[in-house]
Amino acid sequence: MSDKIDQNRRNFVSTAGKAAAATVVAPGVLLHTLASAEPRAEAVTSKVRYGLLIDTTKCADGCSDCVSGCEKENGLDLIKKPEGADDYEWERQRPRWIRTVKVKDRLTGHVSQLPMMCQHCEYPPCQDVCPTGASFRRADGIVMVDRHLCIGCRYCMMACPYKARSFIHEEIEQKPTIAPRGKGCVESCNLCVHRRDNGGTTTACQDACKHGAILFGDLNDPNSEIAQAMREHNNTQLRADLKLNTGVRYRGI
Amino acid sequence: MVKTVTRLLLIAATLFSIGVSAAPQRTSAVVAGSKAAKLDACVEPTSLMRRRHFELIKHQRDITVHQGIRKTKYSLSGCVDCHVAKDSHGKYIPVNGVNPETGEKQFCAGCHEYAGVELPCFSCHSTVPTGK
Repeated sequence: MSDKIDQNRRNFVSTAGKAAAATVVAPGVLLHTLASAEPRAEAVTSKVRYGLLIDTTKCADGCSDCVSGCEKENGLDLIKKPEGADDYEWERQRPRWIRTVKVKDRLTGHVSQLPMMCQHCEYPPCQDVCPTGASFRRADGIVMVDRHLCIGCRYCMMACPYKARSFIHEEIEQKPTIAPRGKGCVESCNLCVHRRDNGGTTTACQDACKHGAILFGDLNDPNSEIAQAMREHNNTQLRADLKLNTGVRYRGI
Repeated sequence: MVKTVTRLLLIAATLFSIGVSAAPQRTSAVVAGSKAAKLDACVEPTSLMRRRHFELIKHQRDITVHQGIRKTKYSLSGCVDCHVAKDSHGKYIPVNGVNPETGEKQFCAGCHEYAGVELPCFSCHSTVPTGK
């Protein structure tokens, strides 16, 4: 009897070993396949805190692949300029989850380019000012808008120190299932929340960045790639003086 | 007396013409050609779905948005996926719209327009499966 059990155990260990090997060979593909079959069944918890680490030294001048990757994933590229709208105003006000920003140290003249999105604050000012509770922080650290509750007052847009939120001014023709949106609501980066809930391990911006400047992961897991990178390399919060404890951190600025 | 008979005849003629011009009679709101048409029941018994479908999806939306739970049997994208039908060219017809070829009101529109109950879900949500 005990022999039989041992044999089973051996078989299990051997299979598990092969599975692990397969994971190493093609981690993204395998994990994604496994994950898409199993949507989240349990509520998110604060054991996890999702965030991004952005290496501005790798971020290339003039490149906006993360922006276009994000827009394609989240259907922002489907929003067309209204007929007769002013080009300048459209560029200034069009819905965007990521902007590329250049920051210059006035003393040294050093210029860095970086992608700017919702910083997923631990203490989000947008949540503080929201009169309906539409702006909220999910237990796993994702700051998002519950558009069922949003009345479009845009108070959060005024409160956000990072200018991370956009407003949908017009009726939307094409609406992707994963990113519902409509006229009169505010929206911003939600760390590709549909991927989070379907077991994905990356964000669209990370996948789109060919320079490897964006790393997504769980800040609370000491073994995660992002936590190790943050421990190893100095990184900063934008406007750390506001004490918002942002989930998005930058290297090289 | 003659007037009454004329009036009755007029009413009968009107009713007959309505009967002829209206779309083929349906015994159910479910649209032929949708996945739902091949199933015996929805995620809950039909009587419950007719009375409480809005409560189910309203409750579900809060669970999904705030807790991230997506593995449940009530979901609006699930409704759309199952109740959407295609036209003769194989193109999806919006669930809150009308089949342009037959004039048949689609699953959501059929009852909501009759009952005069506004359907705001689709000002944001997709009315056809988008595959993502």
